[in-house]
Amino acid sequence: MSILINENTKVLVQGITGRDGSFHAASMLDYGTKVVGGVTPGKGGQKVGDLPVFNSVKDALSEKEMNCSIIYVPARFASAAIKEAADNKIPLIVCITEGVPINEMLYNYYYVKDKGVRLIGPNCPGLISPGKSKAGIMPAKIHLPGNIGVISRSGTLTYEFVYNLTINKMGQSTCVGIGGDAVVGTGYIELLEMFEKDPDTNAIVLIGEIGGEEEEKAAEYIKANVKKPVVSFISGRSAPADKKMGHAGAIISQGRGTASAKIEALNKAGIPVADCPSQIPKLITEKSGVS
Amino acid sequence: MKIHEYQGSALLAEYGIPTSVSELAQTPQEAADIARRFGSNVVVKAQVLTGGRGKAGGVKLAHSPEEAFQCAEEILALQIKGIPVTKLLIAKSVDILQEYYLGVAVDRTMKQAVIMISAAGGVDIEDLARNDPEKILKFYVNPFQGLQEDRLRQVVASVFIDPGLCAQAFDTVMKMYRLFLEKDCSLVEINPYVKTKASALIALDAKINFDDNGLFKHPEIEALRSPEEFSPDEIRAKDAGLSFVNLDGNIGCIVNGAGLAMATMDVIKLFGGEPANFLDVGGSSNPNKVLLALDIITSNKNVKAVLINIFGGITRCDDVANGILMAVRKLDIKLPLVIRMIGTREAEGREILVNAGYVVADDMEAAVKKVVALI
Repeated sequence: MSILINENTKVLVQGITGRDGSFHAASMLDYGTKVVGGVTPGKGGQKVGDLPVFNSVKDALSEKEMNCSIIYVPARFASAAIKEAADNKIPLIVCITEGVPINEMLYNYYYVKDKGVRLIGPNCPGLISPGKSKAGIMPAKIHLPGNIGVISRSGTLTYEFVYNLTINKMGQSTCVGIGGDAVVGTGYIELLEMFEKDPDTNAIVLIGEIGGEEEEKAAEYIKANVKKPVVSFISGRSAPADKKMGHAGAIISQGRGTASAKIEALNKAGIPVADCPSQIPKLITEKSGVS
Repeated sequence: MKIHEYQGSALLAEYGIPTSVSELAQTPQEAADIARRFGSNVVVKAQVLTGGRGKAGGVKLAHSPEEAFQCAEEILALQIKGIPVTKLLIAKSVDILQEYYLGVAVDRTMKQAVIMISAAGGVDIEDLARNDPEKILKFYVNPFQGLQEDRLRQVVASVFIDPGLCAQAFDTVMKMYRLFLEKDCSLVEINPYVKTKASALIALDAKINFDDNGLFKHPEIEALRSPEEFSPDEIRAKDAGLSFVNLDGNIGCIVNGAGLAMATMDVIKLFGGEPANFLDVGGSSNPNKVLLALDIITSNKNVKAVLINIFGGITRCDDVANGILMAVRKLDIKLPLVIRMIGTREAEGREILVNAGYVVADDMEAAVKKVVALI
């Protein structure tokens, strides 16, 4: 098992004729992901490699089966793409696009919930269940199939942790990048719940960063609900206040969202927090030993 | 993005919210002329993109054009949190009976817009939120369901008891919310919102911030951008699509990805160094971006060494390697470079750099220790 995606996941690529969409459709196919085709309005009937291009999600559904859509369209079209996928009841929507306005995301957040579908992202690297399926942009070769679940707000920082796990022979069940924006479709808590239930996940790595209160809320949730060992890292200890550190969501504003507050909350909940990425494998071993 | 009070007041006025009568001045003489024309006491207010101007002496009351000249001269000589004052707003003074607070913001935890109303305006709202949170009424708006006007009217009425005032305040709050949505704001704040002797409610200040991700829809807002919001280096970086923040240390950093860039700064500190900047070269690894990044960092006189930390995903190591060599040729960089490179096309990237005489690390922490030891 794994969470959210596996060997049965069939992926549609919204924005498949764009530079990123076509490149990553090919790289997902290379990894063995079952990519069924793509959508670009006005380009229906064309092909990208061997993949058919449709004018709409609805057209794609009339010819292909799918249970996941991954979105690579420019920011100004991202909300429409999310809504289109949700209207067609695609159960898992992964939005890679960076730069979606927050007011649109507030609306999208409730919109997808109302349709009963799940949104991952936006501004995220997507997700991968190593050896089974990849719906994202991460470099596949650093991953190793195994039993560690990884949840992160960041892209390349996730790769850094996965790399440290893999060189220590700690494979991963599923790695999920939830996105670096202030409002994203799926948060830590929902994923923690899934990993807790997943029989193939034995331990969880939670990678957070400054801004917001999601890590604090996750710490409370873990204390009350998660039996599996969880270890953590928070980036942005050295970040100054009131400066956005790249991600729209990574900002310490009005004294809230600091790394120290998050680390304290995690420690209080019994979750060890690594000082640097290389400490994570050791923390997992220690934490697994005592729990 | 932040805008000045005078720009914010103009936006409030554009939405039909009553504001005080005011004009912009850039010299003491202009301030005096405006005061003479108003024929009343005026408040002279520094226009800077930072809070705390009142405490810094950036707001003064003048009883005559001569005093306005004097106040303007004093305030124009100030630096508020390091920012020199170049513009003043000269506002007609009003007789204040009470000060309120009105604000609209995004509550990221609740995932809703929040309208905040308080009868204890005029003070630092953050202090109030910490010390007397019950004095701020919060009304959440689920954007999917829309604003429920009747419920909002009840909340407004609990602060503005008089029906006449309640109607005015409700009208203002509704207009603020419309402005917030239509212009993709991250904050619309009026503090203080005051009751005058004539029983009118007017906005005496305006603080409006915008969601950077929404600016592409609003060129008229983008045009309000003030150069002093960012340092010249930060603006150069922004124009090139780099995400860059100046810091006080001496180790320049070039990293791909915001999370990894922050973690790299943290690990530098952990091993006893001080980062000179945050810099995310972004996802696409155009060699020109690397050139510009090195140009910005090496032009900072505090920088003694540079750490380049690349974990290739979308970013290709060979592109970054070519960018580094191009920069070294064009910029004549004398500072030591410590390079860590791994991920997409790492073999090609390493070969380019090794052939040019560089050592390339594959471990981030080893690279950080090495650069810290160079200082």
